[in-house]
Amino acid sequence: MSKTMVDAKVVCQIVLSEDVKLIEVFAPDIACIAQPGQFVNVQVSKQAAPLLRRPFGVAEVNREKGTFTMIYRIMGEATKILANICNNDFINIIGPLGHGFSLNAKRPLLVGGGLGLAPLVYLAQSFSKDSVEIVMGGRTAKELFWTELFSDKVNIMHITTDDGSQGTKGTVNAVLPQLLKSGKYDCVYVCGPVPMMQAVAKVVETAGIPCQVSLEKYMACGLGACLSCSCGGVGKRLKVCTDGPVFWSTEVEEW
Amino acid sequence: MVKNLYDNRLAVNIGGLKMLTPVTTASGTFGFGLEFQDFLDLEKVGAVTVKGTTLEPRAGNKGQRAVETPAGMLNCVGLENPGAEYFLQETLPKLKMINVPIIVNIAGNTPEEYGELAKKLDVEGVDAIEINISCPNVKQGGLAFGTCAISAVQVVEAVKANTSKPVITKLSPNVTDIVEIALAVEKAGSDAVSLINTLLGMKIDINKQKPILGNVMGGLSGPAVRPVAVRMVYQVAQAVQIPIIGMGGIMCAADAIEFLLAGASAIAVGTGNFCDPRLAETISHGIIEYMDAKGISNIHDMIGKALPNR
Repeated sequence: MSKTMVDAKVVCQIVLSEDVKLIEVFAPDIACIAQPGQFVNVQVSKQAAPLLRRPFGVAEVNREKGTFTMIYRIMGEATKILANICNNDFINIIGPLGHGFSLNAKRPLLVGGGLGLAPLVYLAQSFSKDSVEIVMGGRTAKELFWTELFSDKVNIMHITTDDGSQGTKGTVNAVLPQLLKSGKYDCVYVCGPVPMMQAVAKVVETAGIPCQVSLEKYMACGLGACLSCSCGGVGKRLKVCTDGPVFWSTEVEEW
Repeated sequence: MVKNLYDNRLAVNIGGLKMLTPVTTASGTFGFGLEFQDFLDLEKVGAVTVKGTTLEPRAGNKGQRAVETPAGMLNCVGLENPGAEYFLQETLPKLKMINVPIIVNIAGNTPEEYGELAKKLDVEGVDAIEINISCPNVKQGGLAFGTCAISAVQVVEAVKANTSKPVITKLSPNVTDIVEIALAVEKAGSDAVSLINTLLGMKIDINKQKPILGNVMGGLSGPAVRPVAVRMVYQVAQAVQIPIIGMGGIMCAADAIEFLLAGASAIAVGTGNFCDPRLAETISHGIIEYMDAKGISNIHDMIGKALPNR
């Protein structure tokens, strides 16, 4: 089975915070084959503007129901339109796209920041709960909803906030070196802003642990055709949309 | 093989390149065609124009390469491609297994390089050459050749001297008079022209107070440019005898029909491929529906129908 284009029925939208929403869509053709770390390309309107599709990571999958969810921040025109789409309306979705996370880890540590936590929900769901730990980085305690999304999927949650309003004060790297010293983890999975992923990858690589990162680049087609999202890899060019979005941290040269 | 596609009602001949439908794909928006096979039947597309190819591999431009703009998008990919050798060894064999004409878009730094590329690509499986003298995103060559009639002629002559394939010259809209360039390349022996390439534009991030694109400027495409493209096809059609492939913001059959009526013998879907990856196939159905509704039996009866005195 491969990628497909479907008119997906919106099952529900849930307000997670002031500007973050979760949307669940019925799209069995995509839900049944989507892997953690893969994404979909969503057409929010049939009008000439906004013109391009918007890529969203698959956040959670319910294969029995034939649904999956996406988590998005209302930022621009497209996400504003998406936020106003009603239940039972249809949106056109292409997916699943790209290469997801390697699922071979026995003792995975997930590290996410901001909306980068979204694809980690499905990743956590794919491991047995007892084996997964997560480090969540945020600006303030305001984005508490993430702890609720992860609570039934991970064994231990480590939380950092920039202002110290919840968990340890600082970035995820405030707790990471100490955690890695324990020698507990055999793979670290990171998704978040580029500077955070670079900093985490450096610490994890130094500790001698394999590290996967999920890149995000502006993309037009999501199919490997337009080359908008291409970046420099070790010894070759990488397309974030088809070679990625998930890469081993050592594969990426130009983040 | 798809024989008698649409009962041959849509068949056109673009300077020696025979296509079963006038609907092709614009270079750089359809990869090598293979990327779209999950969504459409490539054999139901008139021709696949592949990504701009250069002699040596190119990494393209650094920084952000695309951004959406009102009813369009800017890109500054900068001709990233694996090079002609890779194309011939790795990609062309796969394309040969599909029964669809292949147009290879070529770009070089000098007229001699264009000639060398044309010679290299004068092989079975390549059905036509499209000369890219209108890419706004590369420093050398590219647009520089397409904005001056003298250098455009030099490139066309170099390519014609080195290939047995039909030669299509892709024109830039970033000129004072596109008709002048079209006439010059026709005289130089180009078998057809395709227009328009992207319009040079830019966008500024008002928070960072800097241009958004890594290459500062980029090429504007999408529905926003369509009226400009239709106007240019209409002007060029009245001046040249060679066939025109019209393109610029085609998002549906109605848009394609506008170009045909303006004098284009074929059309190309570009940015529209990103919005609907099936578009290059479905537009043909739409053209047939339009022809049936209007009582038009053959596509040739509608090409240029909107031109004066027609």
